[in-house]
Amino acid sequence: MQFFFEVLIGGLLSGVMYSFIALGFVLIYKASGVFNFAQGAMVFFAALTFVGIMEMGVPFWLALILAFGAMVLLGIATEKIVLRPLVNQPPIALFMATIGLTFFVEGLAQAMWGASVRGLDLGIQDEPIGWILEATDIGVSKFDLFAAGVAAVLVTALALFFQYTRVGRALRAVADDHQAALSIGIPLQNIWRIVWAVAGFVALVAGLLWGARNGVQFALVFTALKALPVLILGGFTSVPGAIVGGLIIGSSEKLAEVYLGSYVGGGIDSWFPYVLALAFLLVRPEGLFGEKHIDRV
Amino acid sequence: MSGRQIGDVILDLQHISLRFGGVKALTDISFDVREHEVRAIIGPNGAGKSSMLNVINGVYHPQEGRITFRGEERRKMEPHMAAMQGISRTFQNIALFKGMTVLDNVMTGRITKMKATFIEQALFFGRAHREEMEHRKKVEEVIDFLEIQHIRKTPVGRLPYGLQKRVELARALAAEPSMLLLDEPMAGMNVEEKQDMCRFILDVNDQFGTTIVLIEHDMGVVMDISDRVVVLDYGKKIGDGTPDEVRSNEEVIRAYLGTGH
Amino acid sequence: MLYREAGQFKASYAADQQIFPIRQDRVGVLLLLAVAFVVVPMFASEYWLKGILIQFLVFSLAALGLNILTGYAGQLSLGSAAFMAVGAFASYNFMLRIDGMPLLLAFALGGLMAALVGIAFGLPSLRIKGFYLAVATLAAQFFIVWILTKVSWFSNDSSSGVITAQDMVIFGYKFASPQAKYLLVLAIVAIMALMAKNMARSSVGRAWMAVRDMDVAAEVIGIRIMYSKLLAFAVSSFYCGVAGALYAYAYLGTVEPEGFNLDLSFKILFMIIIGGVGSIMGSFLGAAFIVLLPIFLDVLVQDVFTGMLPPSIASNLQLMVFGGLIIFFLIVEPHGLARLWQIAKEKLRLWPFPH
Repeated sequence: MQFFFEVLIGGLLSGVMYSFIALGFVLIYKASGVFNFAQGAMVFFAALTFVGIMEMGVPFWLALILAFGAMVLLGIATEKIVLRPLVNQPPIALFMATIGLTFFVEGLAQAMWGASVRGLDLGIQDEPIGWILEATDIGVSKFDLFAAGVAAVLVTALALFFQYTRVGRALRAVADDHQAALSIGIPLQNIWRIVWAVAGFVALVAGLLWGARNGVQFALVFTALKALPVLILGGFTSVPGAIVGGLIIGSSEKLAEVYLGSYVGGGIDSWFPYVLALAFLLVRPEGLFGEKHIDRV
Repeated sequence: MSGRQIGDVILDLQHISLRFGGVKALTDISFDVREHEVRAIIGPNGAGKSSMLNVINGVYHPQEGRITFRGEERRKMEPHMAAMQGISRTFQNIALFKGMTVLDNVMTGRITKMKATFIEQALFFGRAHREEMEHRKKVEEVIDFLEIQHIRKTPVGRLPYGLQKRVELARALAAEPSMLLLDEPMAGMNVEEKQDMCRFILDVNDQFGTTIVLIEHDMGVVMDISDRVVVLDYGKKIGDGTPDEVRSNEEVIRAYLGTGH
Repeated sequence: MLYREAGQFKASYAADQQIFPIRQDRVGVLLLLAVAFVVVPMFASEYWLKGILIQFLVFSLAALGLNILTGYAGQLSLGSAAFMAVGAFASYNFMLRIDGMPLLLAFALGGLMAALVGIAFGLPSLRIKGFYLAVATLAAQFFIVWILTKVSWFSNDSSSGVITAQDMVIFGYKFASPQAKYLLVLAIVAIMALMAKNMARSSVGRAWMAVRDMDVAAEVIGIRIMYSKLLAFAVSSFYCGVAGALYAYAYLGTVEPEGFNLDLSFKILFMIIIGGVGSIMGSFLGAAFIVLLPIFLDVLVQDVFTGMLPPSIASNLQLMVFGGLIIFFLIVEPHGLARLWQIAKEKLRLWPFPH
C-alpha cells in the first residue's frame, strides 16, 4: 500500500508538470480559438534561452527577466507574423500553422543556444522529504512539492488576474465572443498579444521546472506533447480542467507503468496517456469541464 | 397549374415535441402534407420552423410524437434514410460543398443512386464508368432546368449568393425527390432573383409533381404559391389552412401578420 | 506546341470526364511517364536512383495516402508513419512466415493490414473532429511503434525490433539493382496514383469531399458519413501501408519501428501542406520538395557558405526552413505548389494575350 501511495503521489506531482504546459494551451485557446501545438516548443525555447543567458554569466533574476522578455517578443512576433494573416481561416489551418511554428521555434532555439543537454539548478534538490519519509515511509520529492506549490501560486495569480483586472475582464469577453468583444471596442490584437505573453511566461515557468528536473534538452518537446491528452481530459477551455487533467494523466500513467507495464515489457507510458484520452473521448467528447456543443443548421 | 392533382396524405406528423436541454423548440405540433401540394411553414423568427424541417428529415430527433411517411410509422428519421426515401432539402444558410465545382456538388445529389463500389471506381471500369456517364446526363438535365450551365465548372465558393441558392436547389433536385424541403429559398435575394426562384419552385411542383414543404418570410410569395400554410409561434402551432383561412385567422393576425409584416 | 484548348470540342460526357480533359495535359503526362520509365533509368546515377528518386516515390505514395484522408476526406492525421510501419512489418511477416508468398501479394496484404489498423484508429472519427481527432491519431502513432518494438514476434525476435527486408523477387527475377528497384517502385506508385485520381473523380471522392466541406449537409443528401470516413481511413492507410513496405524493401532494406516515428509523420503532413491539400499532383510536388530541400540546404551550408556557418547549423536551419515554409504556404497559398502550377497553366493558356 505504501508503495502504491508513493507511486500515486509521484505521479500526481509529475502530472503537475503536464498541467503547466496544458495551462499555456488553454490560455491561448480560450482567448483566440487557436490550438497552439507550439506550446511545448515554447517551453523548450524558454528553458534554453534562460540557460543560455545564465551561461553568459548573467545573474539568476536578470536572466529570468531577459528570458521572459524573449518570450514576450516571441509571442508578439507570432501574433503579428503567423496569426494575424490567418484570421478567419479554418481552425485546422491555424493548427497546422502552429505545427510549423513548433519546428521553427525548435530550430531557432537550438540555432541560438546550441543543441547540447544542459543542467539547470534552481537550488532545490529532487530528494525525498525527510520527515514525511520517517513518519509515513512514503518518499515525496522536495522538488515535486515545490513545483506543485509554484503551480498553485501561478493558477491563483492567473485566476485573480482574469477576475479582477481590466485586461482580465476584456480577455474573458474575448473568450466568450470575438465579434461581440470587438464591437464594444475591446482591442482584439492587444488582447492576443497579452495572452501570448502570459502563455510565454507560463512556458518559462514550466521550462525552468522541467529543465531543473530532467535537464534542458530536446526530449522536453516530446514530454510536452503529453499535454495534449491532458487537454482532452480537461477540455480545451478550462483552467481547472488543465490542472485536474494533468493530475489524472500523471498519476494514471505512473500507476499503469508500474502495475501493468511489467506484464507487457514496460515503456507503456509512451502511449498510455493518449489511449486513455482516446477512450475518454468516446465517452465524453467535450472533456471533463468543456462545454457541450450543438450543431445548428 | 394544369396537370397537378393534389393526392392523399404522404407525410403525417403527430404531437411532435422537441427539446434542447431545457429549451422547448417545438411543443405538440401536428400537421400533414399531401402529395403534390406546396405546403408552407411560416412564423416569426425563432418560431421553430427550421427545427420542424430538421425533424422531418431526421437531423433532429423529437422526444415525443410520431412521423408517418408513405404509410410507414416511425419515431424518428435518420438523415440518410430520409434521403433514400426521396426527401431532399435545402438549408437556410447555404450548405454547399465549398471546395467543389457546381457540377460536382450537383453530382453528389445522385449519390444514393450510385451503386458501383469504391474498387470499381478506383479502376474506373465497367459499372463505375457507365454510372458516371448516366448520372452526368441526368445532372445536366437539372443544370439545364435551373439555367446554370455557364457556371458548371466553377467552384461554388466563388459564386454570388443568389446563384449558390440555385445550385443548392439543383443538388436537391438531382436526387429526383418525391418531397422537397426548402428552408427560406428566397432569403436575401433581390426581386428578380425571387421571381426566378418562384418560377423554378412552381415548375418543379408542376412538371415533376414534387411535393414541396417550404419556409419563407416573404408573405406575398407564400400566399401566392402555397396550397396550404402552417403557422408556428414560439414552437406551437397557431394556425393551419389555405392561405385565405390563415390570413383571416385571428390568432395568426395577432401573433404575426398584425405586427406589420 | 502551345498550351491551348481551343478547337478541342467535347461531343460526349465521356470526353468531358476524361482523367485529363485537355489534350496537352494528356500528352504531357504520357511524356512524363515515358521519361520516368525509360530515360531516367538509362541516365540517372546510382546516387540519384537510390538516394533520391526511390525515396521521392515512396514518400509520394505516403503523401498520397495522407492526402486522401486529410485533403479529400478532411480528417487530420498525425500518425501516417505508424500506418507505414504496419505495412512494412506486416509485409515482412507475410514473406517470412508463408512459404512461396509472392512479393506483390505480400505488399498488398501489408497494405490491407494497415487498412484494418487504420479503420480501428479511425473509429473515434465518428464522434470527434479536428484537433481531437489529431490527438487520437497520436495514440496510433505511439502505440503502434511501441507494440512493434516490444512484441518481438513482429520482428522475428531480432534485437530492438529491427527487420531486414527479404530480397525482392517476382517470377524469378530479382530486383536488386537500383534501376530495377526504381522501376518496380515507379510502376506501383504510378498505378496507385492513377487509382487515387479515379477515386477522387468518382462518387466516392465526392462523398469524401462532401464530408470534409459540410458533414451535416452530406448526411442529409444521403451520404453515409460513417462509411465514408472509415473508407477514407482504410484507403489512406492502405496507401501508407504499401508505402511503408516499399520504404523497407526498396529504399532502406533494414528498418526498425523507431524509423517510423512522429517526425516522419510530420514530414508527410508537411509534404501535403506544401504540395497541395486535396491534390493528387500536390502529393508528388510536396514529396519532391521535402526530399530535395535538406539536400539543397546541406549544399548551401557546406559549399556556398563554406566555413562561414557552423556545420551543426544545417539541421537547425532545416527545422526553421521547414517550419517557416509551412507557415508561409498556409498564409500565402493554402493550396500549395499544386495551385501555383495550376495558376501557371492558366496563365499559359491565355499567353501571350491575357486580355
